[in-house]
Order: sequence, then structure tokens, then C-alpha cells
Amino acid sequence: MSLTTESSTNFWLTRPFSERSTQIFLGVLIAALALVTLLHVAVPADNPLHIGAYTVNLFGKYLSYALLAVAVDLVWGYLGILSLGHGAFFAIGGYAMGMYLMRQIGDRGTYGNPVLPDFMVFLNWDSLPWFWHGFDMAWFAFAMVLLAPGLLALVFGFLAFRSRVTGVYLSIITQALTFALMLAFFRNEMGFGGNNGLTDFREIVGFDLRSDATRLGLFLATGVALALGFILCRAIVTSKLGRVSVATRDAEARTRFLGYRVERFQLFVFVVSAMLAGLAGALYVPQVGIINPSEFSPIFSIEIVLWVALGGRATLYGAVIGAILVNYAKTIFTGVMPDAWLFALGAMFVLVTVFLPKGVAGLFRYFKRRKRDDTATSDPNADPNSTPKEASA
Amino acid sequence: MSLLHSLTQRDRVFDFMAPQASPVDVRHGPILYMEDVTVSFDGFKAINNLNLTINDGELRCIIGPNGAGKTTMMDIITGKTRPNSGSVWFGSRHNLLHMNEPDIASLGIGRKFQKPTVFEALSVFENLELAMAADKRIFPTLTARMTGEIKDRIDEVLETIGLTALRHQPAGILSHGQKQWLEIGMLLMQRPRLLLVDEPVAGMTEQEMERTAELLTGLAGKQSVVVVEHDMGFVRSIARQVTVLHQGSVLAEGTMDQVSNDPKVIEVYLGADDEEAA
Amino acid sequence: MRRFLSLGLLCLMLLSITVTAQAQTNSTASSTDDTAALELLEALDVESYTAKSEAITAILQSDDERARDWLQALLDGRLQRTEDGRFVLVLENRGRDWPVADVLTGEALGEMSRRDLERVGINNNLRNQLRSAIAVVDLYSPNVERRRTSAERLLGEVDSDLVQPINELIEQEEDDQVRYRLTQAVAIYRAEAGEMEGVEALDGSLHPRSRVALSRAANGDDPVVANAAAASLAGIEQQLKINRGLETLYFGLSLGSVLVLAAIGLAITFGVMGVINMAHGELMMLGAYTTWAMQQLLPGQPGLALILSIPAGFMVAALAGVAIERGVIQFLKGRPLETLLATFGISLILQQLVRTVISPLNRTVITPEWMSGSLVVNDALSLTLNRMYVLGFALVVFAGLMLIMRRTRLGLEVRAVTQNRAMARSMGIRATRVDIMTFALGSGVAGLAGVALSQLTNVGPNLGQNYIIDSFMVVVFGGVGNLWGTLVAGLSLGVINQVLEPWAGAVLAKIIVLVFIILFIQKRPRGLFPQKGRAAEG
Repeated sequence: MSLTTESSTNFWLTRPFSERSTQIFLGVLIAALALVTLLHVAVPADNPLHIGAYTVNLFGKYLSYALLAVAVDLVWGYLGILSLGHGAFFAIGGYAMGMYLMRQIGDRGTYGNPVLPDFMVFLNWDSLPWFWHGFDMAWFAFAMVLLAPGLLALVFGFLAFRSRVTGVYLSIITQALTFALMLAFFRNEMGFGGNNGLTDFREIVGFDLRSDATRLGLFLATGVALALGFILCRAIVTSKLGRVSVATRDAEARTRFLGYRVERFQLFVFVVSAMLAGLAGALYVPQVGIINPSEFSPIFSIEIVLWVALGGRATLYGAVIGAILVNYAKTIFTGVMPDAWLFALGAMFVLVTVFLPKGVAGLFRYFKRRKRDDTATSDPNADPNSTPKEASA
Repeated sequence: MSLLHSLTQRDRVFDFMAPQASPVDVRHGPILYMEDVTVSFDGFKAINNLNLTINDGELRCIIGPNGAGKTTMMDIITGKTRPNSGSVWFGSRHNLLHMNEPDIASLGIGRKFQKPTVFEALSVFENLELAMAADKRIFPTLTARMTGEIKDRIDEVLETIGLTALRHQPAGILSHGQKQWLEIGMLLMQRPRLLLVDEPVAGMTEQEMERTAELLTGLAGKQSVVVVEHDMGFVRSIARQVTVLHQGSVLAEGTMDQVSNDPKVIEVYLGADDEEAA
Repeated sequence: MRRFLSLGLLCLMLLSITVTAQAQTNSTASSTDDTAALELLEALDVESYTAKSEAITAILQSDDERARDWLQALLDGRLQRTEDGRFVLVLENRGRDWPVADVLTGEALGEMSRRDLERVGINNNLRNQLRSAIAVVDLYSPNVERRRTSAERLLGEVDSDLVQPINELIEQEEDDQVRYRLTQAVAIYRAEAGEMEGVEALDGSLHPRSRVALSRAANGDDPVVANAAAASLAGIEQQLKINRGLETLYFGLSLGSVLVLAAIGLAITFGVMGVINMAHGELMMLGAYTTWAMQQLLPGQPGLALILSIPAGFMVAALAGVAIERGVIQFLKGRPLETLLATFGISLILQQLVRTVISPLNRTVITPEWMSGSLVVNDALSLTLNRMYVLGFALVVFAGLMLIMRRTRLGLEVRAVTQNRAMARSMGIRATRVDIMTFALGSGVAGLAGVALSQLTNVGPNLGQNYIIDSFMVVVFGGVGNLWGTLVAGLSLGVINQVLEPWAGAVLAKIIVLVFIILFIQKRPRGLFPQKGRAAEG
């Protein structure tokens, strides 16, 4: 992370583009998006290389998970805050999108009510609850996708960081937060469709959600969102603020003595992360066609952390790899032998934490280093463990 | 209730509305003034009616046996521990008991901890960069750029502490002595008025110790420096004024010679051991 | 504990008496005067309901020992007539062919097609008459338990005809409870009839039927009586409020005791080792399944199995805990967040293991007789015994842990390690061994919690998951490393939850409690009883 400290006098947001790792990541991502598009559109359906709409949809889902994982890695990897409640921000972003999609159904629902969603008609409600107003407008709903999770993170984080609740305590209360929200959203009275959540969506900004073209579009949009989210996070972690975060992670009291208001930095990064999680949720919902309270379940939130741990924390690209790997494995397992999935997931938790604390990204670095050590070049920015040279004068 | 309270305290919510922190006022006397300070943990008085005055530009050594309250005293000055009673003033204008840790730090009190704590994952250069006196609010920090001026300042400090060659190394790989110097360097980056240095030479080699003594005496005059130390030889080599703490209060004060001839001090602390150490 | 046990025994004895008494009445069918009896029954089989009513009265006055069974059969629709005119008792009216018995002799007559049988019909008026009649008949029974039930059933059923005989019965009755109920029954009749005497007698009675009678009296014509009734109603409402409060408190303490049991093991492992054991809930689950397995091993002796499950559940969970500590946690020293993730993985594996090996469905754990039923305090308050046992058990476990922590070498070492691991180690305490023992102890207590929980909730793979977050809340709320804190926090959270439930609903109450704790942690990050001093600063 010391790569650009001295050299970069440029604008903080464009700083990541001069980084080798970001260039590779963006290159791979764009190539993958292009390849999938090509194989979906240009290759005929009977060709074995053709990628069907279902698979495109699936990849889109993975990408939204990857964005969520990047958001979690930002707070866990660089700030040392293990949030077991990021599923809540994801779900709230998803609900904001779901509410917009519900309103887009209009009078095409089962009960044909032009204003009220079906579940409200079913519950004999005669008017729209106040918090549903405005969600018929795309701009408002899309703003809410970011603002609602951001606001929750702001209030929660303000209270938590102000009282210096950190470490396992913070993990536990974030878990309690998402659990409380899950219970709340299960209630019909909350006005979010209770148990069944929001579903039966028809169209998004005028495009039919069931058409292949829309699905491809959503997939690409998610890819772009992931790229932008990644760049934003990279820009943050390579800025001085990113270094303050790492300092906070490793020695919070020391950072405070340097005159940084640690709790505000924590709050800032936490809110940004929550908004990214909300965006991921909003992209996830139209692709899977449903949002329900199970997204709030504490287990889901812990699973996100596993993706990051497996990929390798504090790398950001590791989070993307982890999210895609685990979810791909999940798709395979639940298709072939569903009973074994929880065993596999549980084993992953144990094995990764015990044997692979730096994740897949750590493996990459390890092999890269071995190769470099073989060729005996020295890099001033290398990993601490690799250069014990003139240090001990 | 307290939430409401902190919201209604406008200077806490809106930084820009807070009165500008005025420079330390030392026209009317000392830079640090502690009076009748008492702290107790579960009934045990770690600090008991402590009175201490540090003048501007002074290099003061504080000695005392274990449990004399040296570390707790530093905790009070930096805002980590709140005393049960007493008053602590920085210059004649700032009541430190009404301020929190970051405020005190930005006012110009720097502290070097007993155990060196540097940010091991960051490079030596970055450690100094973070310590630098700058606008430490969020957005200025996010958009901060590395200017030539800043770089020069860091280079200058790197030179002072003798770590120029290791500027790109992660702080985690430094030796113990080097970490201590880096910490002192980080303090210097803050351009502090008052430096609190806790046992700077513990675990150092003979050469490292000499180097540290040079460093500290070189700082005095520009900054006020308070050194807490066990090593009598080291204290003798740098001290002009020495304060002896015992059971949380001042036992004796004066030059090293005056203090080491004080019968009270000999009884509780120096005794025969001092002869060996000296 | 002993008192609860003897209480359970008492219940058991009473129950067995009732059973034998019933068996006797069924088998002793005296054959005297069968012709007279037949006449009485014949009189029932008439068209006119008035005539039937008279026939019922005749049976009542006949002093025949079998009268009660006949009337009960008539009420249940099981008194039927065959085509050849014999009266039979239908033993079981399911399916096409019904087993029947002779009404007079009680002799089994095999099965008969239901088409060959004709029921002796009754209407609603007769049904009411029969009910109170049977109640009165039972009042003569030598079995005190039966007299009590029937006296209770009479509340609100007394009519003008019954007042006289009941008053006579009150004179003769030896049992206080029966006499109390009978007096109350008469008072209810009187109060409803607008008599001052009845209203006065009902003052302070908590039975719902008494309140009905009083509120009717309060709406009566006589202003004096109405006022008196209204006054005593207000007093009763006050009493009821207190009782409802007590009941809420009891349920709250009961829930709290479960929380304490679930959290206290966690408090030990978390407090001593700083380890977040997410598999703690699954260790509880293992304890619960141990109880189930014990009952499978000892069929027909659920009580013995339950008692044996206490040491067995402790051992199973403790061994599992040691396996987790040695297998995973020891490799993650000083990395609490990673420990959290790894133990969460273990919890998933354990859950799925139970689903695969045993069943994804809930298993039934039988509650032994001495634990079922409830302790009736008064008409408005009865306390279920199983909850009381669990409450007692939680307190015993807590006291035991306190003893271990305060009085044993292990406790001393544990406290030393909690305060300063490095220092304790340098003083010759083998921290590794302390870790293993602590983890075994904490896990074992989780097993005990599981045994207790098996008596209150369903035993299934998700049992542990449902309690893990609550347990963490209790530990954090109480203050880490403080057993008293855990006790106070658990019990108070239980009570708060129950107090909130009536007006907020169960789910909302839980949400409120969670939000409350989240806010509380902001205010006091180290819980209700934080550790003080320098050690806690770091």
C-alpha cells in the first residue's frame, strides 16, 4: 500500500489508475464482461460455447455479491471492523429497489390496484404507508438505495464509534442489529410484505425484467458498478485517509494521540461501505426477482465475511475472487448434493481461518514472492516478511 | 439525555463553529502546570496530590520507583485518564481536563509510549506522514496531496532520527531502537510544544542510547521535553532538572546532584544501587 | 429443590388414587335391583323432553350406584338402544362397528354395527340439567379429588333447586377446598340473583365466574347491592392486576433463567479466553439431543433418563468443547475475530451433522410426570412446574459455577489468567491447561442448558441458533468476565421481554430489547458490571 504515497501528487480519485493491481483488476473485469456479452449475443444458442440468459443472470448475481464483498473488505480489511451486519445494508438497498419495482407493477398486479402493491390489498390496507411515497419515481428510489443504508450506518456508527465500541463487541452488536431488522421485516405491519417480501416485479425504468436483453443490461450495469465501487474503495485506501484507517486498525489509541478523530474516520468509511452494500443489494434484487427478510439473517452476513476471508482481506480484489468462488461453489453444491453444502461451508470457515489467514490473494502474493526471490530482484515496497535486509542496523 | 446534550453542544457537531484553538500562552509562566492532582483506581491512589510545573523549553527528567505514578501522570496530561480531583493547565489558557485526547494532541502535546507503538503495516515514511501537523479532518485527509514541502519536512525528520535509508521499509521490521527513534520522529512531525517521552532507552544498546541522548538534548530549547526514565546513567547524561516521584507525589526536585544527595530520595529509591549504576 | 420433589410426589400419588378409583367404579356393577334400574332407563326413552327430564330426576333420586355412569353416558350420547330393546353403553364410537357393553352389568358385548343402534336423544336443556346433575352426583363420591372437580364445575351452574342440597352438603363436607368451592358456587347463584349475602361472600374471589356474577350483580336493580358488587369488583381487579404482575414476573424469570443458562457458559469462555464461541448454541443442542438419546435408551423412564442426562449432557458438550478448543481455537490465539468465524463454521457443521445423522425434524423429549402440571397458587395464578424446575436448575448451576470460581484451584487460576495472562503464565500457571479446562467447563454448562431447554422447547437442529444472539446480548449487557452480571442481565432481560410482550407482541418486544441493548452498549461499552482499574483500560 506504500506504492503511491510519495509519487502521487495527483487527484485522489484518479490515483488508483496508476496502480498496477487496479489496472490488472479492471482489465480482467472488462474482458470478462465483454466475453460474456459476446458469448451470449454473438454465439448461436446451439453452440456449446453459448452462454444462456440464465447463466448471465447468475453471473450478474455473483457480481453484485462481489460488490458487497468489496464493501465488507473496506471496513474489515482496512479499518479492522468486523461487521456481521452488512447483510442489513445490502437488504435495505434491495428493499429500496424492490419498492420501486413494486410501484412499477402498477395495475398489472393480481388485484389490479394501480397504487397499492398486492400484499397491501391482501392485508386490506386502504392507502399507501408514508414511507412508500416517492418510490414510483426512479430518481428518488435510486437515491434511497444509497441514502437509506447510509443513514442507518450513520446513526448506528455514530453511536457505536463515539462510545469506542470496537472489536468483538462491535461484531456482536452489528449482528444484533441485522437480527432485529430481520424480525422487524418479518412483521406484516412493517409494510414491507412481511414474510414473502417483495416480488412479482415486471419492469425497471421501462424495460421488461423478463427479457434477455434486460438481463444482460443488468449484468453489465452490475459489472460497471463493481468497477466503480472498486475504484472508489482503492482511491480511499490509497489516500492518506486510507493510511489513517490502517493506522486505526493496527493501533487505535496511537492514532488518536496523533490528533485524528478516529471515530469520525471510522464513521466515514463505515457509511461509504454501507452505501456500497446498499447499491449491491439494489442491483441484486431485479436479477433474482425477489427481496425478503431472509437477506437480513445473521448467517448471510457472516457468509459475506467468509467470502472476504477466503479471497484475502485488505486487498479488495481478493474479496471479489472470494465472493465469486464461494458462490460458484454454492451453486454447484446445491445443485449436485444440497446436504453437503453446509458441511462444505462450515469446513471452509474453519480451514480458511486456520490454514489460509491471508486467503487466496495471500497465496498469489506468496507465489509471486517466491518467483521474485528466485530471480533475486529487490523491491523497496515489498511485503514486511520478505525483506529482512539492512533493517537491523 | 447525553445524546441530546452532545447534539445541542454546537461546537461538537460543527467543527467550523468551534472557536479556533489559540496558541499556547506561556507569557505568564510555565507551559505545564499540575496542581493537587489525585487519581485512584478502586481505592488505590496512583497519584496523590501531585504538583508539577514544567517551564517552556525545559528538558525535565522524572524518575521514581515502580508504581510511583509516572505513567499515570502522562495519561492524565494526554487526556487518557481523568483525575478525581486537581487541575492541569497547558500554558495559562488551556485547561486540559476539559479536553479529549485528539484535542490535546492537536494543541501540541506529543507523547512517546513506553512500548514503542508505530504503525507496523505502514512504511517509515508513511508513519511520519500521518504524524505530521496538518488538517486532520476527514475530507482534507481524503484529498491530501503529497507536496514537495511536506516531503522536505519528512526528509528533514528522517535525517534527524537517522532512518533515511529505511524510509520505504514497513515499520514492522525496524529494530527496537529504530522504532523508538521513529516514534520520536513522529512526535517531531507534530511540531509539539511539549514532548512526553516514556522510558526512551529501555532495551537499547549502548550506542543506541548515546544516539538517543543526543537526539533529546538537541530537541530541548525548541520544545519542552519531559523524560520518564529508569536508567540512572542515561538520566545523568541528559538531565538538567530532575523530579523524583514517590507514591504518586513529588518527593524531591532539583539538579541530578541535588536530588541524588537528598536523604529522602536515597532512602526510597537511589540507595546503593545508584552507586553501581553511576 | 426437595420441596419441589415432594410436591411432585404428592401429585403423583393423587393421580394414582384417581386412576384406581375410576377403575373401581367401572368394575363394580352390582346386579341388585336390575329390574328397577331397567325401569328407570326405560323412562328415558320417550319422545317428550319434559318426560325425559322427569326420568333423569328419578334416576338421580334412585340412589343407584351406577346412576352417574348412566347420566354421563346419556350426556355423551353413548347411551344407546339396540333393535331388540337392550340398553348398551358404546365404548368407542369410531368407525362403522362400535364396541359396546351392557349398561346394567358392564359386561362387554363385542362390536355392533352402528346402524343397529339408536341413541337416546337429548336437547340443550337436558344437557344443562345433566351436567349439573352429574356434578351433584359426584359430590357424594368418596373420592375427594372427584368431589373437588365436581364442586369446581358447579360454579355458575347452581340453580334454585340445587341451593338446598348443596347447603346440606357443605355442612357434611370435610374437605376445605370442596367446602370453599361449594360456598362459592352458592354465593355466585345468590349474587346473580341480586342478594347482598352472595355479593359479600364473593368479595375477594379471583375466579372468573365470580367476577361474572359480581358484574351482573353490579348491573342489578338494587343500588345498594350494585354498589357493593362494583366495589368488590374493583378490589378484585386490583388483586388480579397484582396476580398478573406476578405471573409476568414468573414467566420473565423463567425466560431469564433460560437466558442465564445459555449465556453463563459463554460468559466463562468469552470472559476468560476472549474467545467468541459461535458454536455455543450447538453445544446446547448437543445437550438437548443427549436428553433425547437417554430417553430412547431408557424407554418408559423419562424421569430417570432426564436425571442421568444432566451428567451425560455435561460430558458430551464438554468433550465436544475440548475437541473444538484443541482442534481449532488453540491455533487462533490472539485473533478473536478469526475465532468467531471458525467457530461459526463449526456450528454449521454440527447443525448439518444432526440433520443428516438424526433427522432434520424436531425430536420429542418427554416431560416426566413429576415435572408436568402446575402449582396452583390461587384462582388467577398457577405456575407451571417445568419452568419452576428450570429456574431452580439455573440457580443451582449458577451457584455451582460460583463455587468453582471462588473456591477451587481451577477458579483461582482462571481468574488469574483472566486478569493477566502473561503474568499468570510467569507465575507457573499453565495457561494452556487452564484454557482447556475453562473451555470444557463453559461447554459443559452449555450442555446443561441444552438438557434444561429440552423440557421447554422443541429439540431440533436449530435449537442452538435460536439462542446464540440472545446469549451474546446477555453477556455483553452484564459485563464480560462477571458471572453476577450475567445472572442479573439474563433475569432482567427475561423480565423486560415478558413485560413488553403483552402490549408490543412477542416479536416487537424482542426487537425493542435488542435495540435497547445496542443503545445500552453505546452508553456503557463494558456492560452493567464492568471490570475496573488499570487491567480494563487496555
